[in-house]
Amino acid sequence: MEQTSISLHTIEEVKPPVTSIGVIGWARKNLFSNILNSLLTILIAYGLFRSVPTFIKWAFVNAVWWSDGQACNQASGACWSIVTKNLRFILFGFYPYEQQWRPVFAIVLLAAFVFFSSFRRNWNKYLLVAWIVGLTLIGLIMHGGFLGLPSVETEQWSGISLTLLLSIFGLSAAYPFGVILALGRRSRLPAIKTLCVVYIELIRGVPLISMLFMASVMFPLFLPEGVTINKILRAQVAIIMFTAAYIAEVVRGGLQAIPRGQYEAAETLGLNYYLKMRLIILPQALKTVIPPTVSILISAFKDTSLVVIIGLFDLLRTTHVTLSNPEWMGFSTEAYLFTASIYFVGCFVMSNFSRRLERELKT
Amino acid sequence: MFRNVKLQPPPRERIKDLRGRRLINSTLREAGENNKMTYQATKTPDKVSTGPIIRIVSMHKWFGEFHVLKDINLSVDKGERIVICGPSGSGKSTLIRCINRLEEHQRGKIIVDDIELTNDIKNIEKIRVEVGMVFQHFNLFPHLTILENLTLGPIWVRKLPRSEAEDIAMYFLEKVHIAEQAAKFPGQLSGGQQQRVAIARSLCMKPKVMLFDEPTSALDPEMVKEVLDVMMQLAHEGMTMLVVSHEMGFAKSVAHRVLFMDSGQILEENTPGEFFSNPRHDRSKLFLSQILH
Repeated sequence: MEQTSISLHTIEEVKPPVTSIGVIGWARKNLFSNILNSLLTILIAYGLFRSVPTFIKWAFVNAVWWSDGQACNQASGACWSIVTKNLRFILFGFYPYEQQWRPVFAIVLLAAFVFFSSFRRNWNKYLLVAWIVGLTLIGLIMHGGFLGLPSVETEQWSGISLTLLLSIFGLSAAYPFGVILALGRRSRLPAIKTLCVVYIELIRGVPLISMLFMASVMFPLFLPEGVTINKILRAQVAIIMFTAAYIAEVVRGGLQAIPRGQYEAAETLGLNYYLKMRLIILPQALKTVIPPTVSILISAFKDTSLVVIIGLFDLLRTTHVTLSNPEWMGFSTEAYLFTASIYFVGCFVMSNFSRRLERELKT
Repeated sequence: MFRNVKLQPPPRERIKDLRGRRLINSTLREAGENNKMTYQATKTPDKVSTGPIIRIVSMHKWFGEFHVLKDINLSVDKGERIVICGPSGSGKSTLIRCINRLEEHQRGKIIVDDIELTNDIKNIEKIRVEVGMVFQHFNLFPHLTILENLTLGPIWVRKLPRSEAEDIAMYFLEKVHIAEQAAKFPGQLSGGQQQRVAIARSLCMKPKVMLFDEPTSALDPEMVKEVLDVMMQLAHEGMTMLVVSHEMGFAKSVAHRVLFMDSGQILEENTPGEFFSNPRHDRSKLFLSQILH
């Protein structure tokens, strides 16, 4: 025994072979580990060599940034002028031109709220109150009609303000609604269970577009004469109902992944149904389904663009309208690239946040 | 003594939902003589009890068509320690799980701490507060720290202030020799440590009865002793314990009674000394010869 431990100490520490560390080592291991990998590496390198410089030349070197439509037609590169010259219309649509500082202010306020809320240490009941106050404030500023602010009807809220409005309210209302539906579907009370199953299957069985159509065309027919419900609100409700059904199924998957023993241990302590779910089951279930939940939220965020179908002017629609102006016809690539990048930022923020949350909740 | 007649579950009582009232009445009617007394006791659960803390009277349970528990009669006094053993599938776990209503019985009655177990959810929750349970697989809450696992019940069910709940939790963690792990998560502890935490978690609720469902079966051999030591210590302090276990040493040193079960019936009830040296029932003899080699 002793001899072995002595001999262990006397073995010299040897450095690893040069070929397995450093840049050369990394490249050998990751890029040229066998013939197929080497071939793919070369092929991809060639593809990048051909495409990247061309793109850079088009997007930056030969691009036109601040010209009018005429100059754009002469240029060989990208015409970013369509974005810069129409920026305010793309972003804010028909919101009165002189009043557009209000959506800017609202968006900055909203971004600040989102940023602040993304840290878990800030999560408490005051944050919820702050959100309610904040969203009310945003609504008031957008709508106006007090303190000398001219009132702007919701029909004029368009562009990015509408997209954000539909997504923020849509996602934050659909999530709790979906969780309740998931719990209902696993309920032991037959009436509640049936109701939830029927709801979920019915909603999942129709496309979002048809729900939006129903909300905008069919629903008003059922209202008594003289009663109208705002079109944006109707679209909003359709989006919430649709997204909630999908979230419910994902959350149900999470609930099923929780072992029976967790329910039993919670019940043995004398916790009632509400406390058992709130303290033991949901925290674990919701954590395990963060990745699929975020997928649904991201796709719901992008799906808000379907409201163009019922004539609402969201970000995508205002871009489209810009393109129908004869001066800017034919520059759809640039315009849509810009719009896509805005959507990308939103989705990227969400997926980044979810990855951080998963890391923090890992136990 | 042992009726081997195959009984069918009564059709009305197989329906499990929300029929509390009618079920109470029908079970009481069946149970016979003591009706009036227990019914009143159910109404005044705060009255000081003098009788046994657990009473099971001709209780039956079915899983679907399968008759898992047949005519169980058992009475447990305060401070009594009972070890239940028997081959797997004999219904011993199901029996103790019926005592805190993790399983529902269909005939007969179970009275715990003067409250009869019926479909009344309030009564069930009241009984669960008084009856602690330790599981084979610990069932700690993995998303909470050890300390949070222990304070959860006292804070949310017993409604104690957090500081007091933490004092109680630390007291019991000291008792199971694991106080230094309070801030860790269950996944960072060994099996034996987790099981000791599970015992401490139950004790924090200050239960009157502790149920142990094969508490050492899922443990590595070298960790069995640390858990049994804690259980013995608990026994010496006078806790009422029902233990499903094959730990014969534990049974010999702390149990007042050993119950032997097979195919849903209690076949033998004996003192540990008698049971191990001189079992009465043929099935017990066979069982003992198999586990003692």
